Amino acid sequence: MNYISISDKDKKEMLSRIGLNSLEELFTTIPESVRLKRDLNLPGPLAEAELLEYFEARAQENTYDQYLSFLGGGAYDHFIPAVVDYLSSRGEFLSPYTPYQPEVSQGTLQAIFEFQTLICQLTGLDIANASLYDGATGAAEAVLMAYRVKGKRRLLIPSNLNPQYKRVILTYTKNLDLEVMEIPYDQAGQMDKSSLEEALKVEASVVLIQSPNYFGVIEDLKTLSEVTHRAGALLAVVISEPLALGLLEAPGKLGADIVTGEGQSFGLPLSYGGPYLGFMACKKDFVRQLPGRIVGQTVDVEGRRGFVLTLSTREQHIRREKATSNICTNEGHCALRATIYLETLGRQGLKELAWINLQKAAYALKQLTSIPGVSRKFSGPTFNEFVLEFPENWEKISAALKEKRILGGLSLGQRYPELKDCALVTITEKHSRDKIDRYVDALKEVLR
Amino acid sequence: MINLVREPLIFEISSPGKRAINWPELDVPETKGLLSEVPIREDLEDFPEVSETEITRHFTRLSQMNYCVDFGFYPLGSCTMKYNPKINEKVAAMPGFTLVHPLAPESLVQGNLRIMKTLEKLLAEITGMDAVTLQPAAGAHGELTGMMLIRAHHVAQGHPRKYVLVPDSAHGTNPSSAHICGYTVKEIKSNEKGTVSVEELVKVMDEEVAALMLTNPNTLGIFESDICQIADIVHAKGGFLYMDGANLNALAGIARPGEMKVDVLHLNLHKTFSTPHGGGGPGSGPVAVKKILSPYLPVPVIEEKEGYYYLDYQRPQSIGQVRSFYGQFLVIIKALSYILSLGPKGIREMAEIAVLNSNYLRKSLEGIYHLKYDTPTLHECVFSDKFQKEYGVSNLDISKRLLDYGLHPPTMSFPLVVHGALMIEPTETESRRDLDMFIEAMKAIDREAKENPELLTSAPHVTYVRRLDEVQAARNPVLRWEQKK
Repeated sequence: MNYISISDKDKKEMLSRIGLNSLEELFTTIPESVRLKRDLNLPGPLAEAELLEYFEARAQENTYDQYLSFLGGGAYDHFIPAVVDYLSSRGEFLSPYTPYQPEVSQGTLQAIFEFQTLICQLTGLDIANASLYDGATGAAEAVLMAYRVKGKRRLLIPSNLNPQYKRVILTYTKNLDLEVMEIPYDQAGQMDKSSLEEALKVEASVVLIQSPNYFGVIEDLKTLSEVTHRAGALLAVVISEPLALGLLEAPGKLGADIVTGEGQSFGLPLSYGGPYLGFMACKKDFVRQLPGRIVGQTVDVEGRRGFVLTLSTREQHIRREKATSNICTNEGHCALRATIYLETLGRQGLKELAWINLQKAAYALKQLTSIPGVSRKFSGPTFNEFVLEFPENWEKISAALKEKRILGGLSLGQRYPELKDCALVTITEKHSRDKIDRYVDALKEVLR
Repeated sequence: MINLVREPLIFEISSPGKRAINWPELDVPETKGLLSEVPIREDLEDFPEVSETEITRHFTRLSQMNYCVDFGFYPLGSCTMKYNPKINEKVAAMPGFTLVHPLAPESLVQGNLRIMKTLEKLLAEITGMDAVTLQPAAGAHGELTGMMLIRAHHVAQGHPRKYVLVPDSAHGTNPSSAHICGYTVKEIKSNEKGTVSVEELVKVMDEEVAALMLTNPNTLGIFESDICQIADIVHAKGGFLYMDGANLNALAGIARPGEMKVDVLHLNLHKTFSTPHGGGGPGSGPVAVKKILSPYLPVPVIEEKEGYYYLDYQRPQSIGQVRSFYGQFLVIIKALSYILSLGPKGIREMAEIAVLNSNYLRKSLEGIYHLKYDTPTLHECVFSDKFQKEYGVSNLDISKRLLDYGLHPPTMSFPLVVHGALMIEPTETESRRDLDMFIEAMKAIDREAKENPELLTSAPHVTYVRRLDEVQAARNPVLRWEQKK
């Protein structure tokens, strides 16, 4: 297949209108020396039926679905209502570009405006953008944004930050002559407050906090915000499991200046890591430094409400090298899915789902820690993930569980050598009691 | 499109107690007192409460307010709005792909790793480069990644250098990406042919220049015929040639950046390789490099040994990670599906017909619309509103009037080197009938400009909303809905 709509007759007539004899002649500006003199060495063409076979075969080489999985740590397996797939797969949503012509893009623009509103409501902040690539780049953009606001070269990040997010922050800041300093965690699994106070004796632009953090522990944002603001820095909060916001107080209400995070939990399948959805919100004072597209409300010449891309003087196509970020294409369709998802769950459904996750995780924690030798590592409050400590190296236990077709959690030892006997266990609404009990029974056998 | 019904915001049709989802009963004993020490949200105040019927109608109506490729001709220059094949959506939606956790053990995701490695190899062949990373999330992200690779190499040589050269016709992301990578941008003026002036380049190229970022064919649709000489000049001073591959649709199967002495380039899977633009993403911006830059590629790198695929994080010279995990996996699947469906001849034909369609449009509109450069063009061409300006009609008015004809306008006011630009890229998937409809509409609009310019300056007339006040939107920003208190 080549999806071409030009017939041989068209081709001849079109060439003759152009005044050429062959397709070859269209390319005379390309020097002979760099022309490809052979066919590309590619497989195909495959017919549609063959493509299906090819990808079915690849899908079958993935055996992940034969395992009962308790993996999370930045990517979460949540139930997706049928309307999300159904509505988002409409060609009118999938096949337009960035809404540069607002008069024929009101669907996309109004959906993004609703998305921005939902993110503001969840985060408790004034303004949200139309999306970023993912939670990790969101975290990096957040610290760079705080640097643009404050101008201090020091950026403080937590050691209990998702390791992917940390790596991306380091990649983004490396070339900009910025100092990234890590604040250790305490016994509760939270950011160590005295270390933060100590670190803030030297001026910094930002304190980044993840909550719930990589250990699943909810941070004391109110206190951390006071410490941060007393020292004149901005508080940026990053969230990898935004479902927690269905229950937890909005970070903006607790002092956060910027809130960013990963929106995958909101109606995006795990998809082996992408596409995902970065979101970002901030206080209105900082809007000129916010990266990415923003949709705003306006009126047309007849006074009817409409929506447009706005505040584009922050952006690369106007400001070029002086832009707040180089982002152009974002994650529009993922934001649309999140919008449909959040509006489907609504005021009651989101809260209930967060509560179900909380309760199931509490049950799993109780059952798993009732096994001799298994204990809860950190005392801080958790949402739907927690760290367990085992009597021996987790890698060994993990391998034994894998034999029983269970992926019992993420190992932490590589990033945190002191946690080599620990694992991060994640529970969602998709874990029925039966599945949790199967894990408990398997672990008992493994540790026997 | 429905023009009579005004679709409210979801928040405006919300009313207490309505819902669109039920959850199963909690099947574990309830634990009391959880989160007692944590500040709790009493309520998701103002969050919508609607039924599933209302959700479905709301988004169906919103969708009908969008122009899209499935509906018609969408000639946005440099955006390559080609048809998105439906089989690609189907294969990317297979549960065997969508349900897989990104941190699953390698042994359980061999199919995924094989897909990614396969696409890397095919993109390396199409571009004539040595190695590919699929990690970047979009074109601009690929640019940033590419510039980081260049910088990493210069740093390894002892000095990162200071400047990056960018032609004045470049897309805004180029200077922005270079800046975020810690470089100062120097602009190079285009010559009278619309290409990079070799003399200019010789003047500014020195040992402090890290790289030249070149789009080829450039944003005027013109092939930079001096590219090998340009590469030699840059290389002679130890710099790198970065190619913005946004316009690869003109070249695939015809000529390869690798042979043009390009050191690194990014591709846009959502342009050249047909994955849907989604109303502004997700994109995917793989980066292809020559051997000299491969040690710096982002981690993890996918490796294969005797048919077993694994992720290699042990790369001491790597720039690190540029995003979570491995890339836009579902987009990667769609792009691979597209390449496999076309095969080598189909890829070449794709470029040939894209260039044919563009030249057919150009020839048909030449003389009616002003063409600043008469240099031959490939997959796109840039007209301007110079002739219509005489009647007080701008490129904006022409674009808005096209909407009344049921057509999507070209890219407006870009590239900056053409004042009042109308940048047209038809792509290979358009039929002659669609091309002719566009040509006839453009001709009719030119006539209207002379006879009834007011018709254009007040356009559009038949869309869901008419011309929107963008100044007010920026001056008094309303960026979210709020409950009227």
